[in-house]
Amino acid sequence: MTETADVVIVGGGVIGLSIAYNLTRSGAGRVVVCERSNWLGSGSTGRCGAGVRQQWGTEMNCRLAKASIEWFERAEAELDYPDGIEFKQQGYLILAFTAQQVEQFRRNVTLQRSLGIDSHCLAPAECRDIVPYLDTTNLMGGTFCGKDGHINPFRALDAYARAATRGGADIRKGCAVTGIELEGGRVVGVVTSLGPISTPVVVNAAGPWSQVVAAMAGVELPVYSERHQILVTEPVAPAQGPMVISFYHGFYCQQTPHGSFIMGLGDAREPKGFDTGHSWTFLEEVAQTALELLPYLASARVVRQWSGLYNLTPDRQPILGPVAGVIGLYLAVGFSGHGFMLAPVTGEIIAGLITGAEVPVDVRPLNLDRFDRGALIIEPSVV
Amino acid sequence: MAEPVIVCRCEDVTLAEVRRLLAMGYTHVEELKRLLRCGMGPCGGRTCLPMLAGEVARATGKGLAEVELPSARPPGRPVSLRAIARGSSDD
Repeated sequence: MTETADVVIVGGGVIGLSIAYNLTRSGAGRVVVCERSNWLGSGSTGRCGAGVRQQWGTEMNCRLAKASIEWFERAEAELDYPDGIEFKQQGYLILAFTAQQVEQFRRNVTLQRSLGIDSHCLAPAECRDIVPYLDTTNLMGGTFCGKDGHINPFRALDAYARAATRGGADIRKGCAVTGIELEGGRVVGVVTSLGPISTPVVVNAAGPWSQVVAAMAGVELPVYSERHQILVTEPVAPAQGPMVISFYHGFYCQQTPHGSFIMGLGDAREPKGFDTGHSWTFLEEVAQTALELLPYLASARVVRQWSGLYNLTPDRQPILGPVAGVIGLYLAVGFSGHGFMLAPVTGEIIAGLITGAEVPVDVRPLNLDRFDRGALIIEPSVV
Repeated sequence: MAEPVIVCRCEDVTLAEVRRLLAMGYTHVEELKRLLRCGMGPCGGRTCLPMLAGEVARATGKGLAEVELPSARPPGRPVSLRAIARGSSDD
């Protein structure tokens, strides 16, 4: 007899597990999470920079991020996770190097403050008050929000996994979804490497492979995946409170509670694809940028470099919600490099849409059909 | 064992911590690495990963050769950002 489930979630990263956890809380029945790797978070979650910020340039992202960070503040209690998720809530310092950025950031802060986010604009000298070793040459200003921060992504993922498991979710590692079965425009099941599962609801939370999974249901997603590289140093004494981020350089740098510095650099030359290798060019360029902005870090020693995949949409906003024409298929994809920080609210929203419960943010503008309607919501503030 | 047995010298991870997670069902070296940080320090896991693999093999009944290990990540040994920034022009 074929196994049955009420909901099958494709992808055991932080998005899939947040959805699973929220479903178990709302009595959604039998929830199965299929993770193709032999460990959870093997895709983008375990490779991400793990910064969380509310300083966004669109109302939608501000609302989603604010709800998520407020949830992260109480996550350890809610998920009953005594090991802790290492939430270092010491802010994000966003640097402006052009007059255009100063103007954009001023508009962003006005928007953020109107939504209850406590961000503000800073002069270059005020930026240096927050990060004393910041080199302010050519710096024209910045913005800061003290409620932004950094979280240990492995712990957050594990906290969700344990809570979802306690709630009855069945999380399967080494279980690759290879097909989605439809009948009359309706989801009826999935085929996996461990056997078929009959289900009326499938959630695509497959991160960088979202387009591959959607294609199994005949749905074409306007997304692509792209490598982003990152490195970590040896731990040193606490020196930097906030994340320092420069869209001008495509650079971000955070000191974790453990003491290590994590930093990354976007690369406009990066081709689309699924490569998760690493390059010397990245090391050299990120080191040069780090020393230009944060010369204090010159003696910090790099212990490891790696990379992960962004799943990018045309407007750098996620695609959330049901799919017209495929009843039972839900998307939580295309997070464009900021999925980790939006996982809490995404889980609540997708679970709410499936069970018919109230959702914290109306995400109909983020449905897949926005691309057909040409109703994009372009996020100006991404690395 | 009266005294803590250190498995990972870089991150001060003890054998007891490893065995606690193994008993909870974390039986992949990647899982142990991510939750305990062993293998993430300056040595890149040279010291701890063989021991972790041994513990995983013992806990799961697998042969040592069947235990999957994490990818090796450059730069192999710690290099300062200053030295990297000078780059190939400093050869």
